[in-house]
Amino acid sequence: MLAKRIIPCLDVDGGRVVKGIRFVDLIDAGDPVEQARRYDREGADELVFLDITASSDSRDIVRDMVRRVADAVFIPFTVGGGIRTVEDMRDLLSCGADKIALNTAAIKNPAMITQGAEAFGSQAIVIAIDARRRMGERETGREGEGELLQSDEPQSRTGNSQIDEPPSAIRHRQSAIGNPPAPGWEVFTHGGRTAAELDVIEWAQQVEALGAGEILLTSMDADGTRDGYDLELTRAVAEAVTIPVIASGGAGTLEHLRQALQEGKASAVLAASIFHFGEFTIGAAKDYLRQRDLPMR
Amino acid sequence: MIAIINYGVGNLRSVEKAFEAVGAKAVVTNDARAIGAADKVVLPGVGAFGECARSLRASGLDECVLAAAQQQKPLLGLCVGLQLLFDEGHEFGVHQGLGLMRGRVVRFPENGLRVPQIGWNQIEELQPHPLLEGLTEGTYFYFVHSYRIKADDGANVLAKTEYGIRYPTICASGSVCGVQFHPEKSQDAGLRLLANFAALK
Repeated sequence: MLAKRIIPCLDVDGGRVVKGIRFVDLIDAGDPVEQARRYDREGADELVFLDITASSDSRDIVRDMVRRVADAVFIPFTVGGGIRTVEDMRDLLSCGADKIALNTAAIKNPAMITQGAEAFGSQAIVIAIDARRRMGERETGREGEGELLQSDEPQSRTGNSQIDEPPSAIRHRQSAIGNPPAPGWEVFTHGGRTAAELDVIEWAQQVEALGAGEILLTSMDADGTRDGYDLELTRAVAEAVTIPVIASGGAGTLEHLRQALQEGKASAVLAASIFHFGEFTIGAAKDYLRQRDLPMR
Repeated sequence: MIAIINYGVGNLRSVEKAFEAVGAKAVVTNDARAIGAADKVVLPGVGAFGECARSLRASGLDECVLAAAQQQKPLLGLCVGLQLLFDEGHEFGVHQGLGLMRGRVVRFPENGLRVPQIGWNQIEELQPHPLLEGLTEGTYFYFVHSYRIKADDGANVLAKTEYGIRYPTICASGSVCGVQFHPEKSQDAGLRLLANFAALK
């Protein structure tokens, strides 16, 4: 039976692993290769490295890190952060990464998803979506949204005809047909600072149609709180697409992992802080989940 | 020496490093002579069947694979590399495979499954074979694929996996064998399988 996956996430800055609390408070937590080895031994199912270095001269450092990790561990790992072109993707995959996570670049240029999938296979393309819940106050005054929230019409799936259109065109069409999904989450970029003015569910369906192999879904509201994943968000996206969804943001206890996999219908859970400081081991997490009827490796 | 055929697809560095980790000498190459001189050959592959088949033929290295099979050198297909060993693939049209085993490559059934299958799944119904030495029922391997083998000859099937349907995931016919999963990404079990392949005569 296909097992649910536990995926530790390592934020990397200048070739060092750092931990993110709402993407601001960073604490150095070690060498990426040593960390990867430790997680591999503990039974992590995959690893994700997010390069949060802003400067462009970090490319060589990341490339070197990817090579060293690929030589040291024999489980799949994803690299994300600052990847802007198909050549960037090719570069990191040839260094030994198994998958590439795209966020802002995919929003700016959705065709890149298809180009990447055609060149490297869908399995290599993970689309990271940073989601923020639309709040009541921010809703009011937005054109047309009050009445739209009451619409009983089923939400339209993104059709193939829209594939070649930029996200802005889809957005405008939604306004025109008056049917955005509710309740809503908005896509954010730049570590949660910039609104992409895209609806999360629509964008998730769009990236699937464009050829993405997986969605890494982070709740920016829950991230760093340790109060649990946004289960409503996770479930809404998992039910809207057929590709696997990795839940991210908010894990503080083992019970949170269970909730994301069972209630949230996620295929995998991403977690950073609860593993990084040895509070829980991967093995303990797996035991906990196995005892609650989840298939674990 | 094990030749890992480089025809422009896949994470070949990981395959090379995994063989290295079990003490086997492997080299990533697109040189027909080096492949011809190797005593074992690995055919990797990721992405779509048609694209892989086209790239392999365009590189001319399909001849090396067929020659290795003819000379009864141990040949190991990985993921789409396994699929290519069969007659044809039904992914974005029908594409011809290498025809070293009878059968087709078809999509998973549409019954609410998440496709691609991504993650760790188990091998079952293991048949005795040197490639499976030391591996047991229920061992987990790392899978990533949307299409699966439909083998005509059950004698070619060394192990199966359950995902919506029970389908072949380790196949062999004489010196030709292949696995649907990625042993180079399957931790200890994967390394064991690669070591077994490296030890084949």
